Order: sequence, then C-alpha cells, then structure tokens
Amino acid sequence: MNNGAIIETRDLRKVYRIGQVDVPALRGVDLCVPPGEFLSVVGPSGSGKSTLFHIIGGLTPPTAGEVKVGGQNLAALSDAGRTKLRRRTVGFVFQKFNLLPNLTARDNIAVARHIAGLGTHPDAQFDEVLRLLGIAGRLDHKPNALSGGEQQRVAIARAIVNHPAILLADEPTGNLDSENSKAVLEVLRDLNQRLGQTILMITHNPEAAAYGHNTLHMRDGRIVDRTSSAG
Amino acid sequence: MTGKLVLENLKNRPLRSLLSILLIGVPVTLILTLVGLTQGMLTEAQNRQRGIGADIVILGSGVTTVTSLSGTTIPARMADKVQEQPHVKLAMGVLNHRVELLLALTGLDLAKFNQMTGGFTYDQGGPLQGPDDILVDTLYAEEHHVQVGQTIKLMNHDWHVVGVIEPGKLARLAVQMRTLQELDAATGMVGQIYVTVDSPANLNLVVAELRSLLQNHPVNTMAEYTAMYNVNQIPAIKPFTVVVAAIGVVIGVTVVWLSMYMVVLQRTREIGILKALGASKTFILGIILAEATLLGAGGTVLGIVFSYGAQWLIRTLVPASFQMAIAYDWWPRVAAVTLAAAILGALYPGLSAARQDPIEALAYE
Repeated sequence: MNNGAIIETRDLRKVYRIGQVDVPALRGVDLCVPPGEFLSVVGPSGSGKSTLFHIIGGLTPPTAGEVKVGGQNLAALSDAGRTKLRRRTVGFVFQKFNLLPNLTARDNIAVARHIAGLGTHPDAQFDEVLRLLGIAGRLDHKPNALSGGEQQRVAIARAIVNHPAILLADEPTGNLDSENSKAVLEVLRDLNQRLGQTILMITHNPEAAAYGHNTLHMRDGRIVDRTSSAG
Repeated sequence: MTGKLVLENLKNRPLRSLLSILLIGVPVTLILTLVGLTQGMLTEAQNRQRGIGADIVILGSGVTTVTSLSGTTIPARMADKVQEQPHVKLAMGVLNHRVELLLALTGLDLAKFNQMTGGFTYDQGGPLQGPDDILVDTLYAEEHHVQVGQTIKLMNHDWHVVGVIEPGKLARLAVQMRTLQELDAATGMVGQIYVTVDSPANLNLVVAELRSLLQNHPVNTMAEYTAMYNVNQIPAIKPFTVVVAAIGVVIGVTVVWLSMYMVVLQRTREIGILKALGASKTFILGIILAEATLLGAGGTVLGIVFSYGAQWLIRTLVPASFQMAIAYDWWPRVAAVTLAAAILGALYPGLSAARQDPIEALAYE
C-alpha cells in the first residue's frame, strides 16, 4: 500500500446481515487518498457511500479487505481502538447536523475536546477557524436558536476542533437551502485550502461535488469512476 | 463538562426529572417517618418515666419489654413491703391499661404521686376527687377536643374530666387507682412499683436488697428501665423498619430504572452523536449513572424535607397518638441506600446505552 496516502483501502468489503439475508454493501473498494485532498463521493442510494464513510470513520469494522487511516490498520482495531480513532483522527459532519440539543454551540464544540481528553477550551488558533466559519458571535446559543446553516457550521467546528487528519462530511448540505449550502461548501473549501484539511464529502449534488478536487463515483458497492473537477 | 451535560439533560426534561425525584422522595419520607415515629414515641415515653423522679422501677413478673406493661401481676401490698425496706424513701404502685395502640390509662394514688413527683402541672381544672374523675394531658385534650367538665368514654366507662395536665410525668390519662383496679378486675394488684431512695449513694444497695426480696419481679434502676425504651428491645419494630426500607429500595430502583430507560430511548440519537465523537462505553455509562445519582440525591433531599412536613402534620392532627422526631442519624443511611438504589436502577439502561451501535443510534428518529 502507498505509504504517502492518508486513507488507503484494498478490496474493502462489508456485508450486513439483515435477518437471514446477507446484504453486501461494499464489494471490493480500492481507494487511495493523499493528505490535503478534498474528495467528493457521489452515487445513488445504496451504492455504499455511507458504508465506506462509516468504515473509514471507525464507526463499523469491515467484513474483509484492508483499510488504513493515518497509518492505522482499522481491520485490526478493536471496538475500543476505533473509539479512540474517532476522538482525534477523524471528524464527522452529518446531514442532520447532529448537535447535542441541550448544549450551546460552544459546549457542543467543547464536548468534543473533552471526550478527546484535551480539556474543554479550543487552542488559540481555533479562533481563526471560528471566524472563518462565521459563528464566533453565535457560540452561546443552543441549536434551536441557530439557523440550519449556522448549525452545520457549528458541526464543522466541532468536527475539526481536535485537528483530525480527515474530515468526513456525509451530505453536509442535504438539509440546507442553496444559499446556506454554498456558505457551508465554501467553508469546507477554505478549510481545505488554508489549513490543508483532508476532506471526504458525500453528496448527491453535482454542484456541491465540484467543490472537491476529485469526485469518486460509486455504484453497487464499488467505485466505478474517479473524475477530476479541474478537468 | 460531564457535569454540565448531565445537568443540562436534567434541566431539559424538568417534568420527568421532578417526577422521578418525587417518586424517589416518597419512600425516603416513609422510611424517615417510620423511624422518626419510633424514635419520637420512645423518647417521649422515656421522658415521662424520667419525669416521675423515681430511682427504681419494679416490674410485674414476666415483663421483659416496655410494650408488655399492661399486666397486673404485683400485689399492691408489695409496695407497702418495699416501703418498709431500709433506705427506701417512697414506693408507689401504679396500674396501666392500654386504651389505644400506644396510649394507656394510668391508675395512681394521687397523694403518693404528688409526694414523689411534685404533682402534675394543671393547665385547666384541678386534681382527681371522685372515683370517676380523669385527668387528660394537653396533647390528648387538643387531639380529642376535650375540656374540663366534659365526660369521656374509655374502657366502656364514663369519666368526668376534672383537669388538663402538662405532659411529661408518667401519665397521659390519669385516674384513681381503685377505680381502674375494679374495671380491670384486678383489685389489690398493680402493674409497676416506682421507688425513690433516701440517697443516690444507696441506690445499688437498695436495688440489691429488692432483687433479693422480689425474686420473681424484675428490679431496674431508672437508667436501666429507660434503656428498655429502645428499638432493639421492642419486638417487630426493627423487622418492620427493614421491610419498609426494602419496599422503599424496590420502589426507588424501579423508578430510576424506568426513568433512565426512558432517557436512553429518548436520547438514542444523542448517544450516537457522543459515540461518533469518540465517547467510550465508560463515558456513556458514567453520564447515565451520574444523572441517576443526581435524581437519587434530589429524592433524598426531598424525602428529608417531606419528613419535616410529616412531623408537622402529625403534630397538628394527632399530637396525642403519635410523636415524631426528625431522625437525623438516619439521613446518611437513607442517602446511601437511595443512591445505591438509583445506581442499581440505572445500571441496565446505562449498560444498554453504552453498548449501542453508533450507526444505528445516529439513524434513530
């Protein structure tokens, strides 16, 4: 496997057992993502995009194949090992924002620091990220007092507060209008360009996918194409 | 941060939190009220015995606990024999007849009683004159709305209330000894003999003499006798308390279990979020247990506050029948039991939350 890559998979397979039936979600995925890449992943529902994210993010183990994230072989990790991986190596942004509703935006970010064992206060440079995200003045509000776009930007802040090697964004604009979608996508591009943040983003929207350097096309649990946005 | 998370969770569902605290608090109140009643009534009875001013108490044969004092097994003439002993200043026989669960009618010789105790303090009226006269204490008068001049029926006998006395000296309801002996078919018999000695220095000597003289009757110093007013000396009280406490624990465990089970269901998605952020099983379990512990602590405090309310109600509604103390010494025990019950109740919901699959939890609607 390529040692320079931050994400590498080889013949990655995942089979879910639903009742008595085995349902293959990934059927042999080979992927190599260098550090600093902004990679969009597109494909129809059931093509295996989310499963690929869940495996790379350490939320579920693969059934077979190899997967390395930041040099760690995830196939060999226990549940506790994958839990540790999620603390600092990967950050998640979800379609439904998934902020903790009882905590303020500031505390939602702090809880990620706390779980990672880094205290509750972000480091000094993080103020720059908050300005970039445009939420510095909204941190003392709870999610129900924030717009969808603000909630998603708080979710992005939470995802990157521990400086993860990879940011996994699962349809981050799926619940947003076009204006907020654009704002969130520009924030992701800024994070990638200014901070060199590696980003994998699932999307159904070709315009959103175009924000990435490259786009992976998935179908039936396989990568069927990889295109460059520049091209 | 964990504390904030737990507190915000509790604040976010105030009705559920308050109901849980209330349901945990009720058995705490029950336990503290039961113990407080036991302690209060025993202390009140001890104080009334001490208020007599006697040095020695001779009990009827076979009497081993203060709950079996209604018997009349001592010939009254034995008091005269005791009176003749060296260093004995005064010997007074009394007779008790229980009229309520914890209330007795006391037959006494008022002249001797006055001599030994200095006499009752009269709030209304005056001493016993006729054979059917009765003195009631202020607590009985208050609870039963009795005044001097009224007639009350006890032991199927009409008594004429001639005085209302301050409590604290032997009797709550006092009548002439002879009348009570006749009603009890115990003419010439008494239940206990109270003895005073000429000097405290001679107490042990007199006790020894009386024990030798009255081999069938327990002879106790007042200190020994009042020590019998103890939970451990009274049959059934301790097991009864344990049973009530056990019921309280079962209620507490069930309430917390149900409450935390609901919490885990309601917060499935939030648990998924925390797991996606890298929260360990221990972290998730810790949050659930911390929340249950806070509910348990709240229930304990509420139960203690309610025990003051129970004391007020008892003092207001049934001051003569029951006396309740605030059982401070039981607060730590009740707190420990309640917190243990809360943790036990939260353990299963907490473990199931900790074991949740993050992907399934995040997909939960």
